Amino acid sequence: MTTAVHSAGLGRFGEFGGRYVPEALVAALEELDEFRTKAMVDPAFIGELTQLHRTYTGRPSILTAVPRFAEHCGGAQVVLKREDLNHTGSHKINNVLGQALLTRRMGKTRVIAETGAGQHGVATATAAALLGLECVVYMGKVDTERQALNVARMRLLGATVVPVEHGSQTLKDAVNEAFRDWVANVDHTHYVLGTVTGPYPFPEMVRDFHRIIGVEARAQMLDEYGRLPDAICACVGGGSNAMGIFHRFIDDAGVRLVGLEGGGEGVHSGRHASRFSGQAEPGVLHGAYTYVLQDEDGQTVESHSVSAGLDYPSVGPEHAFLRDSGRAEYYPVTDDEAMEAFRLLCRTEGIIPAIESAHALAGAMKIGRELGPSGMVLVNLSGRGDKDVHTAASWFGLLDDEATTPPGDAPRPADDEAATGGGESQT
Amino acid sequence: MTGVSEVLARTKKEGRAALIGYLPTGFPTVEQSIEAMVAMAQSGADIVEVGLPYTDPLMDGPVIQTAATKALENGVRVADVFDAAAAITQAGSAAVVMTYWNPVLRFGVDTFAAKLRESGASGLITPDLVPDEAGEWITASDDHDLDRIFLVAPSSTPQRLASTTAATRGFVYAASLMGVTGARDSVGDQAQVLVERTREVTDLPVCVGLGVSTPEQAHQVARFADGVIVGSALVRCLLEADSFAAGLDELRSLTGRLADGVRRT
Ligand SMILES: Cc1ncc(COP(=O)(O)O)c(C=O)c1O
Repeated sequence: MTTAVHSAGLGRFGEFGGRYVPEALVAALEELDEFRTKAMVDPAFIGELTQLHRTYTGRPSILTAVPRFAEHCGGAQVVLKREDLNHTGSHKINNVLGQALLTRRMGKTRVIAETGAGQHGVATATAAALLGLECVVYMGKVDTERQALNVARMRLLGATVVPVEHGSQTLKDAVNEAFRDWVANVDHTHYVLGTVTGPYPFPEMVRDFHRIIGVEARAQMLDEYGRLPDAICACVGGGSNAMGIFHRFIDDAGVRLVGLEGGGEGVHSGRHASRFSGQAEPGVLHGAYTYVLQDEDGQTVESHSVSAGLDYPSVGPEHAFLRDSGRAEYYPVTDDEAMEAFRLLCRTEGIIPAIESAHALAGAMKIGRELGPSGMVLVNLSGRGDKDVHTAASWFGLLDDEATTPPGDAPRPADDEAATGGGESQT
Repeated sequence: MTGVSEVLARTKKEGRAALIGYLPTGFPTVEQSIEAMVAMAQSGADIVEVGLPYTDPLMDGPVIQTAATKALENGVRVADVFDAAAAITQAGSAAVVMTYWNPVLRFGVDTFAAKLRESGASGLITPDLVPDEAGEWITASDDHDLDRIFLVAPSSTPQRLASTTAATRGFVYAASLMGVTGARDSVGDQAQVLVERTREVTDLPVCVGLGVSTPEQAHQVARFADGVIVGSALVRCLLEADSFAAGLDELRSLTGRLADGVRRT
């Protein structure tokens, strides 16, 4: 399997991908494709982006070995790729800086974005402030409540945040609303889509802007550890941080690529965001043919996850391809398992991860046990947990007005034993 | 059976534009939506656009999305659109179904086409499916002799106008403006320009949709287009009425006035 195969054709990764959009948007997508294709081989563009990565984002992001956390991972060695140390707190900034520079190249003056956890919205608001662009961010009403801190950050940065009040009021509906805005304002507006999904060229373009994660990580692994990892764990909402770290390793057959989805209350409960287990089928959502949580009439089914960033019923088409071709594996991580991994990293290493990233950590706990003491797992720590402090504090009962249990020793008891995938993670 | 092509040929002979009215199936209930569509046909709509509600209608504004969401909450199923289309054709009118692509894909493209044909509907309008991605639908619509109504937009390049209309059958749906469905205060001049640009590359009838809501606007658009498509304004009659009966009266009345609009010289 070579890179060329899954980049061939108009945005197809095998049968997945494509461009299922209103005709009104086709011209803009063609324009975007033309600009980004030229930019990616233009030394001036690459130079400017590289400079921003170095002096604004703080790249390269470091690797951190986490031996005390690894004790809970079957003794395997665990190393984190620290995207949480990026300016604005997550990997999202890699893609946004690239798209913001393209926006300027296309002569557009306004950017819009959708956001779930708020990290992509914050990154977009940041880049807009940096480059002097007008910025509007669509966010599901439910998400504006659970990620209130990021709403305030976006507003401080000068962006307008629009709470979306229909549908599930989460990321999916924010995407719909962003598309509606784009159809109406496409002449002067670029839609900074936040993950590796949507119509061509978004999945490929966003992946290419995030590819730097894996490019750095591979060189750092060889440099600092003299070897490649046995497995890479990354959480998968739309899948941008995962594609970013996976892509450079696709040709390294010995490296397992493991994506962790939001398992919510368990795939059997029906309340989850696992597109690759359970009832998901290939279909079209938000411009791409890929796996979609849907009912037998093709209506989108609402997803559920404690993590706003993973709470999305579809997934990037390249992940669908990697999954069906067997190159990557995908597993659901329940809310309970993710929060246990979250708590462990805080306590063992002094690092508060994003709840999204905690799903990848929970994946490392599983994979590490499979690999045993000789194994080595690289985890993409896609973001830091500042935005999640409120959710986590109330999950663990740490807020003074809610505190009923002593701080943090046990995860919240599950309401439904069967739905949590058992108590495996609570050891 | 009355197909959209025959209807559009007849209205052209009459020297006027056709009135095409949209309603979503299943709102307020499946039976009532069918009753409303038939009432619309009897009150002067030459063609009925039968909506198949979808959870993520990204080309629709709040009025149509609200009605579609209620229809889904009330349990509308994909197969209900075939009953709606059959009722309309039995009442002597022409029907086309309008839906987003995923429900058709999930139903099975060929099975959907066969059922559509059986129902008497003329074809399908696909707001999020451009010909570039429509291979399966192009085959199925050929096999079942159905119209494929693709959209053109003010942003369409000359090349795309040519290639899209070449793939189209029945009529071309010209999106009058850059935006989603919903009433607008005025119909901008983009609509007329787009119709003229489209006519340069095809002999198919060109019908204009998006933003038309009043008899006056219908009259304006009828002067330069072969058909005038009205959605949100008609849906709103049912959405805002105190009772279904009152909504139906309002729907009949507005349809009648719009029909006068397209006939006014
Ligand atoms: C820290 C973090 N990780 C992961 C994600 C999920 O996005 P993706 O799957 O595109 O990496 C988000 C989304 O908001 C996020 O904030």
